[in-house]
Amino acid sequence: MRADRMALAARRAMVPASATESGAGAQGGAPLLLELTIPGEEAAVRGALARSIAALEPLDLSADCRASTELVLAEVLNNIVEHAYARSDGPITLEMRLAEDALACAVRDHGLPMPAGRMPRGARARLDVPDEDLPEGGFGWFLIRRLTRNLAYVRDGGSNRLTFLVPLERAGQSP
Amino acid sequence: MNLAVERRGGALVVRVHEARIDAAVAVAFKEAMRGATAGAEPRVVLDLADVGFLDSSGLGAVVSVMKHLGAGRRLELAALTPAVEKVFRLTRMDRVFVIHPAVPDAAALRHAG
Repeated sequence: MRADRMALAARRAMVPASATESGAGAQGGAPLLLELTIPGEEAAVRGALARSIAALEPLDLSADCRASTELVLAEVLNNIVEHAYARSDGPITLEMRLAEDALACAVRDHGLPMPAGRMPRGARARLDVPDEDLPEGGFGWFLIRRLTRNLAYVRDGGSNRLTFLVPLERAGQSP
Repeated sequence: MNLAVERRGGALVVRVHEARIDAAVAVAFKEAMRGATAGAEPRVVLDLADVGFLDSSGLGAVVSVMKHLGAGRRLELAALTPAVEKVFRLTRMDRVFVIHPAVPDAAALRHAG
């Protein structure tokens, strides 16, 4: 019963959201689905992903959409643990809001800035090379850029803020 | 890292009994795979039927395992779940690996090698 009510609330919540700007920066009217803070440690990422996916349950998303969302969040959170907090510890805050046709996500940390103050380009890795030269890394930013829209990065004082939209696809919608 | 290893039709079939190959287990996965594939079978089939999630670290680990096998040995993949298949497809790594819908039986492994 509770899940039904949540699904209903989520559907109703989409109505006011549609009247607002659907960019990732739209904080005002877009209903909050989840806000969580975790320690910036590898061991905390799985739990954060599980809670994020659970928070999406009332939206009745397609399996493919859930998979994309979990993958994007995993890449973003793991990048922060691995790079921003490479030399120190600190918290990561994740906020997910329901925009009109997308999840609006904002992720903040207090670690090192991105190299040269910019997000990596995330170019597709070259695969037309001998097997021994195939890349073992560098897929993360490619996947983030491929699966999001309105991706933006701001260095704000001592913190990093990454915002992006993950397009929503409801169960039953064709891809 | 829970791997089940079986010799089948002259190949080595390794089933990953883990729900996720992600940043948290990528190193353990690589090490366990190096141990599991220390023999000389020219063909190794990685059965990913139980793996529902793989991130870029997991993908890098699979590439690393393939490279570690070296020239003359092959890593093939089988039984990818939709979320895992998507990562291989988006990164075009599905063009690098032979991917079987299911683990081939012994006869197929013996003849198609």
